[in-house]
Amino acid sequence: MATPSAPEIMKQGKLAPWIYLLPALLIMTLFIVYPMINTIALSFKNKDGSASAATTCIDGKPCWGIFENYHYALTGELDTSSFSTTWKTFWDSSYGNTIKWLFLMVLGTVSIGLGFAVLADRVKYEPLAKAIIFMPMAVSFVGAGIIWKFVYNYGTQQVQIGILNAIITAFGGKPVSFLTTPQVNTVALIVVGVWIWSGFCMTILSASLKSVPEEVIEAARVDGGTEWTIFWKIMVPIIMPTIVVVVTTMVINVLKLFDIVYVMTGGNFGTDVIANRMYTEMYVNFNVGRGTAVAVVLVLAIIPFIYYNIKRFMMQEAIR
Amino acid sequence: MNKVRINKILNQIPTHVILIATILIWVVPTLGLLITSLRPVQAINQSGWWTVSNTPLGGATYSQFCAACHGENGKELPAADLSNPDLVTKFPRSIQLLATLRKDINGQPHLGTTPMPSAQEAADIAVYLKQLAGIVTQSKFTLNNYIDAIVGYRGTNNYVGDCAAGTQAPDIHCNASDILNPRGMGRAFVNSLLVTIPATFIPILFAAFAGYAFAWLDFKGRFVLFAILVGLQVVPLQMTLVPISRIYAQLGLNGTFLGVWLFHTGFGMPYAIYLMRNFLGSLPRDLFESAYLDGASHWTAFWRLVIPLAMPAIASLGIFQFLWVWNDLLVALVFLGGTTPVMTYQISNMVTSLGAGWHLLTAAAFLSMLLPMIVFFALQRYFVRGMLAGAVKG
Repeated sequence: MATPSAPEIMKQGKLAPWIYLLPALLIMTLFIVYPMINTIALSFKNKDGSASAATTCIDGKPCWGIFENYHYALTGELDTSSFSTTWKTFWDSSYGNTIKWLFLMVLGTVSIGLGFAVLADRVKYEPLAKAIIFMPMAVSFVGAGIIWKFVYNYGTQQVQIGILNAIITAFGGKPVSFLTTPQVNTVALIVVGVWIWSGFCMTILSASLKSVPEEVIEAARVDGGTEWTIFWKIMVPIIMPTIVVVVTTMVINVLKLFDIVYVMTGGNFGTDVIANRMYTEMYVNFNVGRGTAVAVVLVLAIIPFIYYNIKRFMMQEAIR
Repeated sequence: MNKVRINKILNQIPTHVILIATILIWVVPTLGLLITSLRPVQAINQSGWWTVSNTPLGGATYSQFCAACHGENGKELPAADLSNPDLVTKFPRSIQLLATLRKDINGQPHLGTTPMPSAQEAADIAVYLKQLAGIVTQSKFTLNNYIDAIVGYRGTNNYVGDCAAGTQAPDIHCNASDILNPRGMGRAFVNSLLVTIPATFIPILFAAFAGYAFAWLDFKGRFVLFAILVGLQVVPLQMTLVPISRIYAQLGLNGTFLGVWLFHTGFGMPYAIYLMRNFLGSLPRDLFESAYLDGASHWTAFWRLVIPLAMPAIASLGIFQFLWVWNDLLVALVFLGGTTPVMTYQISNMVTSLGAGWHLLTAAAFLSMLLPMIVFFALQRYFVRGMLAGAVKG
């Protein structure tokens, strides 16, 4: 182990370390490790976990045997009658929506976070500006959901009390029902996510930008580099490792995201995402097998990041 | 000022514009929520919150149709004094008002050459006339929404009004006990505190123990165990909900605070230990060596040395865990539900099943944000520090 090993004098028996570790290990085994194994087992069972999932197959319909819950989890929302319908329904399904979330939200939060960090670095009111962008991190997703539901409010009458529709009508446009119009609503929800998480990206990227040596940037300026080329050719490459960390963190956050969708649309009107679907299967439809199968699909998507996290940790330890 | 400085300032303008525009986008939605939560119910649904500083509703319409003859204060025509309550009470609605406006006065149309107002405009004028005559004194701001949200008022008027008139619902007693009405945000606030405080302290204590062992004690499998821990940080909560709710059902822990404390402790652990171990590992080794040379045991070293020195890390961790638990919806939804509602649950319930109006929702949402905001702005430094140490919790 690369960390400083304990001084000789501190070795006080073999038992002592385990006594310190006991509460933590016990509760983690009970609340993370065991349930994970149990969830995998349950995903091969029927509705209430009493028999194999294969018993839920319907005669005459395609059946995946013991993987029937996965059959449902993966294809339940799709219309597989032809390739084009499969393709179309995929992009309206919780998987398609999760991919839209991943792409737009990661792009949005990282670019706004980075842009704001770079620009704020040059002004005197930097601390205040950053605190404001960061502030939504302190607010619950539920609170943020209410804030934005009000922004998106759609009035059927003349008066628009939602500011966005008020702006649209003031310019002579027709008011939009942001949360019930398919496609528009998913983007509207992603905007809320970006609003919440940009501050997180900004804070981490800003700290990393401050560590870029001033001399390097000065030298580039002297050589006639514009601010734009300095940003892309010098700053971005230097902070690339941090950008990668921020992107992976955001991907994990998006995959697990539940509250925004639950509060704002309940997953209706074509806004469902994987994490909300798991909740619906489990606690609305009360189908343990299907709910856990969706959860396993979710964790499968996250496994590469678990691997990456451990690898990064090993590398850090090697440097220490 | 010389040319260089002026040039520098000019070059900065685009930066300021972009920054301030972004800040506005971030602030305006929250500001809208705050202002709305302070407005009377009727006003919320009649006009956008950004019009709050404008003349009262109907004022502009009144000026357009009536002010030329009656005057802005309504007193210009002594025969038809619109500031006289006795006269105005005859026109409570647009129908009565329109009928009068259609009647000729001395053979001339009431409005002269001005076209008749539409039904909506007449209604607005009727509302304004009541204010002009002093029948209704509608203030621009009120605390009624907050009171109604705290006591869980669900009627059509408001708590203060109902209690004054004695028409309150059977579960409202019009005394201090209403603060703890199970439907209200007051009770939810207490529940949130009862959930959050232990669910913040227990993980910190356990993590301090484990972090100390990982940083300064030698044992077999130290590295492997810690690597597993790093991996566990990103395991999604959803993965464990089902088995644990089944276990809780057998143990009778569903709907209890203990169940939620334990769950948040379990899930807070990997990140908390990670942070603690990294912080404690960076402390100088001499410190521990001299303590042991002075004859301190592990136990005294932990309480007398590790805990005081780890205060910055404990503060970071405390804020993180506090915000995480306070703002959590999923765990509260699954394990507590409606039996002991916390604030997030109460609000989401107002949205999904009760369809409560904006006046209650905005006030409730703001109440739930109050404590996290205070904690956040007071201890922002520690929050940022904890995040930079590697925040990938969930």
